[in-house]
Amino acid sequence: MAPVLATPALEIEGLNVDFLRGTRATAAVRDVSLSVALGECLAIVGESGSGKSQIFLAVMDLLAGNARASGSVRFFGHELLSAPRSALDAVRGSKLTMVFQDPLSALTPHLKIGVQMAEVLVRHRGQSWREAEAAALAMLSRVRISEPERRLRQYPHELSGGMRQRVLIGMSLLCEPDLLIADEPTTALDVTVQAQVLELLRSMRLESRMGIVLISHDFGLVAGLADRIIVLYAGRIVESASAAQLFARPRHPYTAALMQCAPALTGIHQERMPTLPGQPPDPGIRVDGCAFAPRCSNATARCRLDRPMLQSIGAGAQLACHHPMPA
Amino acid sequence: MSGIWSDTARRLKSSPLALAAAGFIVAVALVSIVGPLVDSNRFDTLDWSNIAVAPGAQHGHWLGTDRLGRDLFVRTLDGTRISLLIGLIATSVSLVVGVAYGAVAGFAGGNIDRWMMRVVEILSGLPLVFFVILLTVMFGRGVLLLLISIGSIGWLTMARIVRGQTLSIRRREFIEAAIAGGASSGRIIFKHVIPNVIGPVIVYATLTVPQMILFESFLSFLGLGIQEPHASLGTLIADGAAEMEAAPWILLTPGVLLAVLLLSFNIFGDCLRDALDTEEH
Amino acid sequence: MNEPLLRVKNLRVEFSSSRGLLAPEAFAAIDDVSFDIEAGETLGLVGESGSGKSTLARALLRLIPAMRGEVRWRGRDLLAMGARELRRERRNLQLVFQDPLSSLDPRMRIAEILAEPLRIFEPSLNERERQDRIDRMLERVGLVGSLGDRYPREFSGGQCQRIAIARAMMPGPKILICDEAVSSLDVSIQGQIVNLLHDLQLELGMAILFISHNLGVVRHISHRVLVLYGGRAVEIAPRDRLFAAPAHPYTRALLAAVPALLPLRSSAPVDPLAGEPPRVDEVSKGCVFSSRCAYAAAECLTTRPIPEQISEQHWVACHRWRQLPAPTPPG
Repeated sequence: MAPVLATPALEIEGLNVDFLRGTRATAAVRDVSLSVALGECLAIVGESGSGKSQIFLAVMDLLAGNARASGSVRFFGHELLSAPRSALDAVRGSKLTMVFQDPLSALTPHLKIGVQMAEVLVRHRGQSWREAEAAALAMLSRVRISEPERRLRQYPHELSGGMRQRVLIGMSLLCEPDLLIADEPTTALDVTVQAQVLELLRSMRLESRMGIVLISHDFGLVAGLADRIIVLYAGRIVESASAAQLFARPRHPYTAALMQCAPALTGIHQERMPTLPGQPPDPGIRVDGCAFAPRCSNATARCRLDRPMLQSIGAGAQLACHHPMPA
Repeated sequence: MSGIWSDTARRLKSSPLALAAAGFIVAVALVSIVGPLVDSNRFDTLDWSNIAVAPGAQHGHWLGTDRLGRDLFVRTLDGTRISLLIGLIATSVSLVVGVAYGAVAGFAGGNIDRWMMRVVEILSGLPLVFFVILLTVMFGRGVLLLLISIGSIGWLTMARIVRGQTLSIRRREFIEAAIAGGASSGRIIFKHVIPNVIGPVIVYATLTVPQMILFESFLSFLGLGIQEPHASLGTLIADGAAEMEAAPWILLTPGVLLAVLLLSFNIFGDCLRDALDTEEH
Repeated sequence: MNEPLLRVKNLRVEFSSSRGLLAPEAFAAIDDVSFDIEAGETLGLVGESGSGKSTLARALLRLIPAMRGEVRWRGRDLLAMGARELRRERRNLQLVFQDPLSSLDPRMRIAEILAEPLRIFEPSLNERERQDRIDRMLERVGLVGSLGDRYPREFSGGQCQRIAIARAMMPGPKILICDEAVSSLDVSIQGQIVNLLHDLQLELGMAILFISHNLGVVRHISHRVLVLYGGRAVEIAPRDRLFAAPAHPYTRALLAAVPALLPLRSSAPVDPLAGEPPRVDEVSKGCVFSSRCAYAAAECLTTRPIPEQISEQHWVACHRWRQLPAPTPPG
């Protein structure tokens, strides 16, 4: 589905995120640039140490105390990184929202669902409590929670994981955001519930012109939703392309290998499960050359010395690799 | 296990506050051992020509003398030494007994835990001083009795703390792994539970020492502790309190010393807790 | 006819609900579950939350008490054994946990962690022999270098899991129970651990009970698969049959719900299964899946289905399995 408007809702340029531990600095995100347009779904795929969550924690100013972000993050042209608290508060939670992996810890345990949801509208839109509660009720129906009136009066721990995640998604949609960032929204959920939540996100997309950023480690998950996919490894972008293009012809060896690793339910049974040797690099240790080289089957001596730069390879795709898979 | 401790030690060494507190305690301890050996006076030497004189160098009594002409410098150091010794021994006793008791109770769970803790609760409910008086009446006064009395009180809270820690450790996966691995309960308690709870326990022990000293001082102040002519910080303070207006220095020296000593232990305990905490998370 | 290595019969595990203040209700986390495991085979156990799969693993090993049932191990019932005898038998049934880092004692060095099983089960070994065994085992699980002096927190998730597997292998178990052993690892390294387990099985003839919610991984490693729902066994079949022709409605829904990479779906997939997996404290009279089942009939709500045999080694607990349409393979 093509973007509705060409205005980038979110534009990130040259983002770096470092963690300071004593005198040592660990690079979690290095030189990441991307953009998301209204109506578009961008998927960010990576494993642990890829920095995929840190990018968007930096956007939302939710980084840990010892983290430092630099670069540029623009929301409809307005710079967010260095913005004063008030500017950020105006958009965060209303126009720019985020849904996290663990719904239980994202909800306040001692407040009823109805109160937490209504609070969003009261704060951001200045509505009265009565109006806000009515809107919350409508939203619960929209995210297809069973018995919505009852849910409003319940506490987070009384709801199942899937329902809590729906509540969170509902909360993030209350102010009709321009951009929704979903960080591993289904990882903590059962497979059958995961399918429901993905279905929900899909229908939300069709109903509004909201942009979505979907962060995940699972290619299968993003397959049905994403327009474009960015693959991260060790804090850097290694490949970026349209979903169709990426699934048809992954160019970067890591992308290809990661896709292979998703275990298949059909086809001939293989005795050995596909896997990558070694493990993701330690973010605290700086390496020369390509971070993926030690695990890459295409790697040469050049790869270990000379880090490949991210380059455009046509049709809006980008690639950082000296020896990509054939086109 | 030593890896955790060496990191903690390193962290402590880089904290000026911890070093100052520890240094002060060690210095006082050393001086209290060496000092009296150096001085010509003993704690019970009576100097009739210098009764209740103020501190000064002219008469050789640097911290003055008390109502009986005994040198306060030596008495204070002796008293400090005795107080420290009592504090450390009583804490050690309560540590050993409390840790073993609490770990077993917390690990066993169920009825065993319930009854063990009931015993602790009942004993905690007894009025301490009454208990000590009772023991004193039955067995007479003496340092050994003092140690027993104080130690018997100390282990109760230690047991509670260790039990609480054990309960929170009990559910951790590596304990389950040890059980599934065929380890006996004894092995699990001593090799897995205790090393993992010992951190907060050590911190608490460091904070228990001043409590023990204070309790001993309190008992001695009441006349139930160390007996004449021996001295502890408590008895010295008791003596000094009586002479507060006429000869304030008799009170000030042991009083200030006790206060700063207690403060140092508390500060060190806090620093130790911070050093351990950062390590675990 | 050989006795299977492990035979579980009518296992029932109860927890008491906190709902009733005056009369705490007991509900079954595992209810009347039976299955066998043969020597050298891998039985995959799949289920979602509320299925009771982790409870089952712990009950098998008596880490939590079972109310009813038998766990026959080499002719004797583990659940009825005395404590000392049970401890001795534990060397044959080892467990690998989900979170590798928390299953290793953070205060112990790797060498000590690996030495412990030897100290318990082979106390006659001397220092040299013990060290030798440890070194060989570390090598066997793919960890090179002198790692014995280090602490668990210095290793990655995948490495910790290798250490945990090494520890479990030390006493030479006949069966290894893996409780979500790869679920907390990165996708790109899950295969390393799964392949390692597979190799160890081939080399040592060890049986494996592989518990996971990840169907793809289960498919790789299992010979047969048991599906749990709401504490009950709903289907058990040889691997290929389960994935190609699942008989139980829940199994079908589960397989359909897994997002498939290939072929790439451009339109909405099959309607996802409505509702939620049952909360552990919900008690149902009839079939435990009836509230969500698209094919539920009257008898499904009132009577519990008894397992019926469909074909060789393929059993299903469903009243209506004959009336279901022929299964379409997922994707």
